[in-house]
Amino acid sequence: MTRRIRLKFFLVSAAALALCFFWGYAGLPAFGHGSSIYADIVNAISVPQRHITDAVTAVNFDIRGFDTLGEEFILFTSVLGVILLMRRTKDEPAGDHEDKAPGRKVPPVSDAVRVIALLLLAPTIVFGWYIVVHGQVTPGGGFQGGVILSSAPLLLYLCGSYPKVRGAAAPRLIEIAEALGAAGYIVIGGACVALGGMFLENLLPLGKAGTLTSGGMVPFINLGVGLEVSGGFTLILLVYLEELMEEKES
Amino acid sequence: MIVFQAFILLFVAAGGTAVVFTRDATSQAIVVSFYGLLLGIMFFVFQAPDVALSQIVVGAMALPLMIMLALARIRKQNRKRQQ
Repeated sequence: MTRRIRLKFFLVSAAALALCFFWGYAGLPAFGHGSSIYADIVNAISVPQRHITDAVTAVNFDIRGFDTLGEEFILFTSVLGVILLMRRTKDEPAGDHEDKAPGRKVPPVSDAVRVIALLLLAPTIVFGWYIVVHGQVTPGGGFQGGVILSSAPLLLYLCGSYPKVRGAAAPRLIEIAEALGAAGYIVIGGACVALGGMFLENLLPLGKAGTLTSGGMVPFINLGVGLEVSGGFTLILLVYLEELMEEKES
Repeated sequence: MIVFQAFILLFVAAGGTAVVFTRDATSQAIVVSFYGLLLGIMFFVFQAPDVALSQIVVGAMALPLMIMLALARIRKQNRKRQQ
């Protein structure tokens, strides 16, 4: 493709994009207006009916809990996909390729990075669990807390070494935790059916709004999602690090 | 409030442009991390703290990490091919 054709192609598509953009833009509600009826209803019922002070969590894990089940399994499947793609094949056995690239040296981690990562490690784990268990009270929940938790092994890698990460987060253990978290969601939903309710119907006592024990089943679902998400992201990190380490160890 | 909103929108626009104009992939991963943080602040300023949290953990941490790890793996593969 010559430069001229490319330029023409760009101008035509840019004009089409601009047209669609301004057409759509003209149809938007005015700035700060245009809340939907659904939003008004959710805002009105989430505290009196569900005892959940975070309306977003009320929608995600209670009113439309089934949707979130699907979303959780999107992540589960993508983690599976990454592990499948990165698995070792027969023609690349473990640890026998030497790093022959001349003059290649991995730069040492600076002391400042080590100290900061070490200081952040414990607060990160506490903060991650805090976000997971407070999903029904304040913004956050299993997903956000789970990703924060999975950054702990990364910090450990920054301030320590890969074998330390493997020691603290054994892949087999993480796999089990992830599977338990994913299965927990379905088990909770199935338990509701077994008890005579609908799938994921909130049957537990709802508790006092604004406390840790409020929201009935929601904290338990959040705990499962937290396990699943933190496990999934940690597994991806481990799989990649494993790949990159092989070279250095040999 | 409106001043904050205008400011953060400008910053987000500048951040997005900066991501596009960074040509080196490794630097781009770091710039995109800052851009993710800016988007998180934007959601917070527009009173969506839940989305802000998700945006910060995904955009500022998970996405750049995945890009970095993938780049490292591609580099390793290229080296192997050269040998």
